Amino acid sequence: MNTTTENNSALFEYLLRLGDTSLILGHRLAEWCGHAPILEEDIALTNISLDHIGQARLLLDYAGKIEGKGRSEDALAYHRDARQFRNLLMAEQPNGDFGNTMVRQFLISVYNFHLYSALSKSADAELAAIAAKSVKEVAYHVRHSSDWLIRLGDGTAESHERVQQSINDLWIYVDDFFNGDEVDAMLVSQNIAPELNAIRPLWNETVQLTMVKAGLQIPQVNSAMRTGSRKGNHTEYLGYILAEMQFLPRAYPDAEWL
Amino acid sequence: MIATDTERELEFQAKIDRGEVIEPKDWMPERYRKQLIRMMSQHAHSEVVGMLPEGNWITRAPSLARKAILLAKVQDEGGHGLYIYSAAETLGIDRGEMIDQLHTGKAKYSSIFNYPTLNWADIGAIGWLVDGAAIVNQTALAKCSYGPYSRAMIRICKEENFHHKQGYQMLAYMMRGTKEQQEMAQDAMNRFWWPALMMFGPSDTDSPNSAELMRWKVKLYSNDELRQRFIDRTVPQAEAIGLKIPDPKLKYNETTRHYEHGEIDWQEFKNVVNGNGPCNRERLRARVKADADGKWVRDAAEAYAKKHMN
Repeated sequence: MNTTTENNSALFEYLLRLGDTSLILGHRLAEWCGHAPILEEDIALTNISLDHIGQARLLLDYAGKIEGKGRSEDALAYHRDARQFRNLLMAEQPNGDFGNTMVRQFLISVYNFHLYSALSKSADAELAAIAAKSVKEVAYHVRHSSDWLIRLGDGTAESHERVQQSINDLWIYVDDFFNGDEVDAMLVSQNIAPELNAIRPLWNETVQLTMVKAGLQIPQVNSAMRTGSRKGNHTEYLGYILAEMQFLPRAYPDAEWL
Repeated sequence: MIATDTERELEFQAKIDRGEVIEPKDWMPERYRKQLIRMMSQHAHSEVVGMLPEGNWITRAPSLARKAILLAKVQDEGGHGLYIYSAAETLGIDRGEMIDQLHTGKAKYSSIFNYPTLNWADIGAIGWLVDGAAIVNQTALAKCSYGPYSRAMIRICKEENFHHKQGYQMLAYMMRGTKEQQEMAQDAMNRFWWPALMMFGPSDTDSPNSAELMRWKVKLYSNDELRQRFIDRTVPQAEAIGLKIPDPKLKYNETTRHYEHGEIDWQEFKNVVNGNGPCNRERLRARVKADADGKWVRDAAEAYAKKHMN
């Protein structure tokens, strides 16, 4: 394998990780449609979902170009199986109650915010442009989800208890964010991607700040941490998401949908 | 000198006859206020309940571009709901009260949303036929006598035009696709055509509120006139992409220059309006459940706001 091919396959892999996380999280948020606690949140959740689907389209489209095998955004979204998906484990976790959805959003959005901020200075111009566009949307996702974490954490006894439980439940998927591998290492060496070790303290700081404002505790769950998304080792939930999402193109392989 | 209610009503009617617009702080007959609250809340509820049959397909949209379009459309519907609730609040009722009326069955929403979305083409049919019918209604309402409602309609119609267009484009594309896609599109047409015609309400001879609403210029055209406008506009569009209208009696009358259509099944309409349509129970239960499941969230937001008032 020559160097260009290796570089391209590392970048392809990296773009799938970003694109799939957006796609799967966008899918989860879309499940809320029409069922949110108030109309304003129905609008906000579809809005955030739409941002994620938009980011997924840019990233997967670019991934297909980098791969060079003629796969479109749709070919990548609809014709890969779960083991080929590279989304963060956190993104595929079920919605649970509204607080749980906001905790999941908050933890991922803070990660995306610091990651995309760094990626907007990537040596890869196309990725830098996508990141620069996305980071504006992500800033809103961080604001919206942290506002809710604070309201719920500092609201009623019930809301405090519920949202703390969600943090405890979801925390085991946090290490997966930062569990870099040879793909990250290669792209870091070319200034295409940032060091995850540099993102983690920024993430910790933002999360800590909101947790303090919300009166919520960061759990201690070192041994139970789940990782594996970078190698396509997912939780059982992803298969069901794909079964639903991919149904039409799989059932009617000759059809085009525009 | 204090004017009597009769004098005020005469002045109110004269204002309307002169083509002036009624604003929230203007005097209005109690019945005008009530009728507008009924119509506007019903309209807002329809936008919100309408998110359910469309939301049903977001996670299964067959391309990412279509998924994004549908998300944007559903988000618009939510925005319309919010906007119309706010416009209705200018009449002295709050959103919570209107939503309670929906949940207890006192207030209605458009009966079209009590039909299920069974295949992907239904999403195209909703955009093209349902939003198409809504545009005909709302373009008329944009000229109604109540200022906040009229302004809301002007703004909403712009977005509905985009919804209408994307629905039609989607079906047109499917009609050029595989046999299965064409069958899906025709199946959607067969199921949504008649319910779309019913969206204009009962025939004028059987519409209890019509005369009064027309005198107040809340309604400017009769149900049958608007229905005819929709049919005349839609039939050629269907023909252009090869969709058949499921009405064997439909024919163009060269003299009147209008399409004539078969008899609408008003018994079915009454059934659906009275709660016995295919999805009435599911739609209402979904809304009630969302409200109940979200109570702890709203309570928390309220408690937080009270603690941090200063």
